[in-house]
Amino acid sequence: MIEPLNTFVRKTPNWLLYLIGAAYPAWLLYAGLSGGLGVDPVKAMEHALGKAGLQVLIAVLLITPLRRFSKFNFLSWRRALGVIAFFYILLHFLVWMVLDVQILSQVWADIVKRPYIIVGMISLLILLPLAITSNNISIRKLGPRWRKLHKATYLAVALGGVHYIMQTKGFEYEPYIYLAVVIGLIAIRKLPKKRAAQPVKRQVA
Amino acid sequence: MAHRWTNDLTHDDVTPKSAYLNRRQLMAGMAGLGLTALAPKANAAADLTPTDFDVISQYNNFYEFGTGKEDPAKHAHRLTTQPWSIKIDGMVDRPGDYALGDILSKMTIEERIYRFRCVEAWSMVVPWNGFELKDLLDLAGVQSSAKYVAFETLYRPDEMIGQKSPFLDWPYVEGLRLDEANHPLTLMATGLYGKDMPKQNGAPIRLVVPWKYGFKSIKSIVRITLTDKEPPTSWNKSIPGEYGFYSNVNPEVDHPRWSQASERPIGGGFFAKRIPTLKFNGYETEVANLYDGMDLRKNY
Ligand code: HEM
Repeated sequence: MIEPLNTFVRKTPNWLLYLIGAAYPAWLLYAGLSGGLGVDPVKAMEHALGKAGLQVLIAVLLITPLRRFSKFNFLSWRRALGVIAFFYILLHFLVWMVLDVQILSQVWADIVKRPYIIVGMISLLILLPLAITSNNISIRKLGPRWRKLHKATYLAVALGGVHYIMQTKGFEYEPYIYLAVVIGLIAIRKLPKKRAAQPVKRQVA
Repeated sequence: MAHRWTNDLTHDDVTPKSAYLNRRQLMAGMAGLGLTALAPKANAAADLTPTDFDVISQYNNFYEFGTGKEDPAKHAHRLTTQPWSIKIDGMVDRPGDYALGDILSKMTIEERIYRFRCVEAWSMVVPWNGFELKDLLDLAGVQSSAKYVAFETLYRPDEMIGQKSPFLDWPYVEGLRLDEANHPLTLMATGLYGKDMPKQNGAPIRLVVPWKYGFKSIKSIVRITLTDKEPPTSWNKSIPGEYGFYSNVNPEVDHPRWSQASERPIGGGFFAKRIPTLKFNGYETEVANLYDGMDLRKNY
């Protein structure tokens, strides 16, 4: 079961992942225009994109522990998933700016004044260079610095989780579950590597 | 005593419920012909077309039924509203349980077309049906020592499934100063668009205070208490730094989460333009004097 799945993952062409990724916002736009998102499609789309962005980012962070603690290997999806998540969050931001707040002076006032927006903005700004360097040329040029840079994903996702909690009004469980998962994923990284002494067994990559 | 206050929106602004969709098309048609001047004259400050019934009844903050805007419309059918009575107690001459039917038999129901402004910076225009709160308070006989009115929503987690979550400290409570409660704009609403109040909008009876943010307009009321102390209010208890007792609509005083300078009218789809928010939600001439000499920044 594991091997065929890993083969399937490895063989999925990137363009297909991007196509599926793009289908979601396209569907949201269609649904919003045709009444499928309820009477306030702007908020519905804003929330759906923020949520989807966070979910896909968490999926990206799951890839490493899955490889470590099971035989599942989704590594070859990671770049596409990361880029897709970034675009969801960029669209989340653009929907907020263009369709929700609309007025540029108010957009700016919100960015400097509202704590939950500031946290979201910092997260997006951290993700920006990661998205820009998600290509082979950057990996080659940056060498070991690329890995270091891309560890910032953890910080960006954690801030996304905090932003999610901050934007709720009363008490809700759901955002805390997300943040707990993110914190758990960060904690797992700190677990001592049992087989550190042995040469790392490489899966056929 | 009904009809102390008259709408600045006339009855013509609300079309019979069966025809309101047609009317929209008609308006659009008139606009196309450059005949908008013939459309019913709305308030000068804004074009006040009542929001569609479907929008008013499908986009609700009624956390007793869940946190999503569509949750109340989905879950409120569980609520049983009969029998219903309101316990009126505290500093009144005639405390007791007032059956809703008995109350209504003594009231004149009138229509009030009000702007409705949520603290989340969205807005609607709602044609409410109801009677003035003052008439109900008169029924119970407010004593001269009373200074505030406290309200309480039904607490029945089996039917109000949102109450099973600790989202807020249930039951929901709200309050008004007595002069605010006695103001002719302050309405006890029992319906909208000439229909019984939809359950998701606060059936069978709710408060409507049009110059305050929507959360002040407490729904499904079971208790009204006259007191001489400022009563606790749910959102203030939950996040005191964000929600005060007064919560008057005020574009000059921002909420920490939302700029209050403008609002998004709901029902206009993806590209609905924001409109400027009016001080006291457009009821400044009627209510500003209630707050003479008060610092509205401090008393937010
Ligand atoms: C550019 C910066 C950002 C801005 C301006 C922004 C703005 C917003 C706004 C306005 C809301 C809705 C609040 C409300 O309706 O009251 C929201 C919700 C949300 N945002 Fe962001 N955001 C930003 C960045 C992010 C990032 C980086 C993430 C994730 C990594 C994220 C994830 C979410 C989530 C999960 C929600 C909640 C959605 C839901 O309730 O289902 N946002 N954001």
